[in-house]
Amino acid sequence: MKITIASGKGGTGKTTLSTNLSAYLTSFGKNVILADLDVEEPNSSLFLNTKLKEKHIAHKMIPKWIEEDCTLCGKCAEVCNFNAIIDLPDKIKVYPQLCHSCYACSELCPTSSLPMEKTPMGEISLFQCDGFDLVEGRLNLGEEMAVSLISQTIEFIDKNYDGFIKLLDAPPGTSCPVIEASRFSDFVVLVTESTPFGLNDLKLAVETMKVLNQNYGVVINRHGIGDDGVEKYCKDENIPIITKIKNDKEIAKLYSGGNLLYEKIPHFKDSLDEIITFFGEQI
Amino acid sequence: MKEIVIISGKGGTGKTSFSSSFAYLEGKNAVVCDCDVDAANMHLLLGANFKQKNDFLSGEVAVIEPTTCTNCGDCFDVCRFDAISKNDDFHIVDKISCEGCNYCYQICPHQAISMQIQKAGDIFISDIKNNSKMVHAKLGFAAENSGKLVAKVKTEAKILALKEDRNFVITDGSPGIGCPVISSLSGASLVVLVTEVSVSGFHDLKRVYELVKSFNYSCVCIINKYDLNHNILKEMEDFLSNEKIEVIAKIPYDETFTKAMSVAKPIVEFDKDSNISQAITKSWDIIKKRIEK
Repeated sequence: MKITIASGKGGTGKTTLSTNLSAYLTSFGKNVILADLDVEEPNSSLFLNTKLKEKHIAHKMIPKWIEEDCTLCGKCAEVCNFNAIIDLPDKIKVYPQLCHSCYACSELCPTSSLPMEKTPMGEISLFQCDGFDLVEGRLNLGEEMAVSLISQTIEFIDKNYDGFIKLLDAPPGTSCPVIEASRFSDFVVLVTESTPFGLNDLKLAVETMKVLNQNYGVVINRHGIGDDGVEKYCKDENIPIITKIKNDKEIAKLYSGGNLLYEKIPHFKDSLDEIITFFGEQI
Repeated sequence: MKEIVIISGKGGTGKTSFSSSFAYLEGKNAVVCDCDVDAANMHLLLGANFKQKNDFLSGEVAVIEPTTCTNCGDCFDVCRFDAISKNDDFHIVDKISCEGCNYCYQICPHQAISMQIQKAGDIFISDIKNNSKMVHAKLGFAAENSGKLVAKVKTEAKILALKEDRNFVITDGSPGIGCPVISSLSGASLVVLVTEVSVSGFHDLKRVYELVKSFNYSCVCIINKYDLNHNILKEMEDFLSNEKIEVIAKIPYDETFTKAMSVAKPIVEFDKDSNISQAITKSWDIIKKRIEK
């Protein structure tokens, strides 16, 4: 089963939940693979004992201009819908950051003067943790195409971890990177907090899940502080509340130092049990 | 007119609580700009009235006309985004997967494909508390181009500030280090890095700072939840001092942030005499002095 842990708002506890759930499920003898898909700011490895096993450079394909045969006809610039190619009087200029790797310029060039070339965009690292593996996607600084790296990271775990429980730690927000991290999963857990910000961003995340036709449920974190807006909303919309994790400064402290929580905070462990019960036989 | 951009790398560090407090303190001298278009929250604290609304049109998707399509499959063959699939009698485009590259449109032998411009979101100009104005946006569900929407929001805010002769644009940036953040930062007079004392807060601070440094923006830092972990605080302060980044406020872990949020108020409005409000007020004064230099 593939479960994405997502949230509209950042800092609600996605990484806390996915790292702890991975370790906890492993302690039952389950086969778990955790993927950190927050490729702009991947943090999961900070909370786990990790040993690097493999590191792969992730590439995107960018056209490279070959001057010899080019007739400067301008077809490439004409077909590019992202303004990533400009035809100047004496040369063709490619802007790699704007390129979406659609191949149109390359394959429609009459003289084949724009072959596609591998360009590094980030890294996919495989770590061994205590009893399970973590696969992390990490985007290079200044690189804009998070989606492609997310999909490559998912491909990596699909290929190598057949039959495992796959937990995907998604980036925050509601736009393309989150969609890429959620669309092919069996279920999406939306982590939120019981505040007006949490509620506002949860609504946006729910709308996105509806567009994707996804199955989803809510985990309320830092429960007991703030207000009851999130609970009311979930009730009105018939969205399952999988568990409520109590607000606890001790959690903030342990988290701050990069520690896992479930062995030290009994009520947090109870919440993990509720999540496992919610999924039942599926995991 | 000067622009102050508040960013954090990591979400949930208190970025919006600080930026809305700055906006509240500065009142009508500032235009406020919320660049977290993916999950905008600032309007909740500043009482935005959504007075003016405009469509944000951006990006295209391919649409196949079923009656013209001969099901030849050329479009399917060239699409790198798995956006095209075969139906019984014609091909169809999955709007969510389509990047709008127009390759299929270029090569369709029967001109059965058209490119349609999409509404990617809404842009709002609102009146807010303290006689100020704010530009904010809502990205369409499952829409793309958030970087472009950020750029548009910023442009609108700057135009408004110039037109109404305001001194400042206060921009609440987006999380991460990617396209929306790069867009948020453009043209900043000063960048305020908000971080929290935790392994992840520190990690994300270092990464987002690399980005800020690569664009040569000058910056200052606010450390939130400084009392959570002494060792990490120490490492963080060493890092900041090595990079010559001034720490303009150190704020303890405090539930006032959540309490103020729950009654939809910036902290400096919720409890203006508290230590935290005073620290925020002082840091805003430092920011203003820094950019006047």
